[in-house]
Amino acid sequence: MDLRLPSKVLEHILSFVDSNEDRNSVSLVCKSWFETERRTRKRVIVRNCYAVTPAAVARRFPEMKSLTLKGKPHFADYNLVPDGWGGYVWPWIEAMAAKCPSLEELRLKRMVVTDECLEKIAASFKDFKVLVLTSCEGFSTDGLAAIAVACRNLRELELRECIVEDIGGDWLSYFPETLTSLVSLDFSCLDSEVKLSDLERLLSRSPNLKSLKLNRAVSLDALGSLLRLAPQLVELGTGSFSDKLDQEAVAKLSQAFSELKELKSLSGLWDVLPEYIPLLYSVCPGLTSLNLSYATVQMSDLVELITRCSNLQKLWVMDLIEDKGLEVVASSCKELRELRVFPSGAGLDETNVAMTEQGLVYVSEACPNLESVLYFCVQFTNTAMVTIARNRPNLKCFRLCVMEPFAPDHKTQKPLDEGFKAIVERCKDLQRLSVSGLLTDKAFEYIGTHGKKLRMLSIAFAGDSDLMLHHLLSGCESLNKLEIRDCPFGDTALLENAAKLKTMRSLWMSSCCVSFGACKLLSQKMPKLNVEVIDEHPLETRPDSSPVERIYIYRTLAGPRLDMPEFVWTIHKNPEIGVSHLAIK
Amino acid sequence: MENVGVCDEFVNLKATELRLGLPGTEDGGEEERQKVSCCKSNKRAFPETEKDIESTGKTETASPPKAQIVGWPPVRSYRKNNIQTKKNESEGQGMYVKVSMDGAPYLRKIDLTVYKQYPELMKLLENMFKFSVGKYCEREGYKDSEFVPTYEDKDGDWMLVGDVPWEMFVSSCKRLRIMKGSEAKGLGCGV
Repeated sequence: MDLRLPSKVLEHILSFVDSNEDRNSVSLVCKSWFETERRTRKRVIVRNCYAVTPAAVARRFPEMKSLTLKGKPHFADYNLVPDGWGGYVWPWIEAMAAKCPSLEELRLKRMVVTDECLEKIAASFKDFKVLVLTSCEGFSTDGLAAIAVACRNLRELELRECIVEDIGGDWLSYFPETLTSLVSLDFSCLDSEVKLSDLERLLSRSPNLKSLKLNRAVSLDALGSLLRLAPQLVELGTGSFSDKLDQEAVAKLSQAFSELKELKSLSGLWDVLPEYIPLLYSVCPGLTSLNLSYATVQMSDLVELITRCSNLQKLWVMDLIEDKGLEVVASSCKELRELRVFPSGAGLDETNVAMTEQGLVYVSEACPNLESVLYFCVQFTNTAMVTIARNRPNLKCFRLCVMEPFAPDHKTQKPLDEGFKAIVERCKDLQRLSVSGLLTDKAFEYIGTHGKKLRMLSIAFAGDSDLMLHHLLSGCESLNKLEIRDCPFGDTALLENAAKLKTMRSLWMSSCCVSFGACKLLSQKMPKLNVEVIDEHPLETRPDSSPVERIYIYRTLAGPRLDMPEFVWTIHKNPEIGVSHLAIK
Repeated sequence: MENVGVCDEFVNLKATELRLGLPGTEDGGEEERQKVSCCKSNKRAFPETEKDIESTGKTETASPPKAQIVGWPPVRSYRKNNIQTKKNESEGQGMYVKVSMDGAPYLRKIDLTVYKQYPELMKLLENMFKFSVGKYCEREGYKDSEFVPTYEDKDGDWMLVGDVPWEMFVSSCKRLRIMKGSEAKGLGCGV
């Protein structure tokens, strides 16, 4: 008797299984489940574009409608990865154009996207709907024009913090009159001015537009007419908020804001003048997300806004908010889940405001749902971290950036080991952690012992020795991404814990004391990893004992990548070393 | 196992020694910094910073690193560029100088052009940092004050605030420092 579930039935069941994690489990059950699952997966996510080849992905998931790709390692955001390292999306677009022409959505993070890529997307995918580029670079506004003109059913076009060669604002006028399907448009990272009349016409024929994020060049004056054309907006990113308006214009703008009955998210507000803050009062009670991280206003003005935002779940702000302002956040925003405080200091190498660890303590005390924190602060104390941990054991993400490297607890002058110990001990569901300040190996012993759910860990200027790395690699069971810069450990811990690296997505180390010889050894020991040595200034001859500038190690099914620039070395460039030749422990 | 050496610049190999016991920090904070700067002697800014601390006599809590470190603090370039632009725009007018106070963990910045004379400036500083400064007299400076306002002029010399005419002060002041009275004994007397 055939006990197999008919594939049609399995297909139907799988249509309810959305999560890729679950689908991955399904595909491990047996061959027929693997086959059914792969033929029905619509949304494919590849978190390291070099872990697998485009052809393999296209072959496995022929019905793919949505593809998400991530390229460069996270520290590329902070200029630690030299230009030309890689992360090119072109091979992926080529492969998908050939094998999955019904692709509708492409979401890319930290990848190099050229105008050619955008033109190819426009030409190859007839039903293309969604393009979201985060922290990408390599294209110009001409590429955007290609997308605009050809994608008849475009729904989302979002450019989030991309570096774009801005040739002009014409690209917007390429959206045809027949395009009425727009749901989301984000061009906030572009510099040049778009034609207001083009934008107005686009809005008039986009009844489904829910999210609009303008760039800085869109004036306050223009904002009024745009809002009147799109009162149904759920997300708004304003342009510059600083022109001098006359009484009548202000009144009209105020009216326009009060018509935004669905607004949940507000951002932009560049250069906002304090006298215009009251314009926003009417939308505050409905807001769940507020991004003031580009609004250079003082604490007293920020507070006026925040007291009115009782439903806020996500707040991004600069340290201009000061401890006092965070006290107001604590008392007004009881629904707060995510808080990010960015530095405002000139040159970002010092702050000029009265914000200390106390601000975060206030928020941790009063906001029961707070689970994600990113906090830039000049210095911190262990007591504060212990208090925060005690108050908020439900933290999932804790990223503390003490801006002065090696800064100890500023009250006791001790390392911040005890503070981070409290965090990892109490916050049992902590998945992401960034540490900073003066830390000894002890801190990492604590993290290794308690950080069992930790998936991503970022470390800078910390620790004393190899023990630091050893504690982390041997202790953190769920560790997936580890990135380290400027820490004094060497080869031993890395080589001893090599097997761990197969269970992780990637490991980044820069300005540490790893030798070239260890990199070679590691490469031979672990053929399923790509061990990349990234050295912009390599020595003429590379003795085994010479330290490397950066090393990026990731597991991969794709083998050595074919697009390595000169300054990236892997063992495959020295085939004479071979796998069996050197002595392996 | 093949003896893979670590970088030769390491003065104190103890730092990389794997031990069975608990890693000790018996050496204390200062040496930690030195160990790390040995490792990266040609790249790190910190050796300069420590020299700086010694020469200006500032407390460690009041002096941030002077040199720029690549990728630090970890803020995306996009964000850095946008805040920088804003800063440049606002500094077109005004003369901003940094103000530090011994013992305070943060710096402030003030616009000197906003004030007309010394008393206004003093009042602001007193409010900002919650201290009070006694009366200024030409002969003895701020006698018996717990805190004394000083400034660094164009030539790099530390002067007592109030010694020179206001306009000259505004044009030559590079930064302000509110010093502990006990440390300011050398300034402003017997001139």
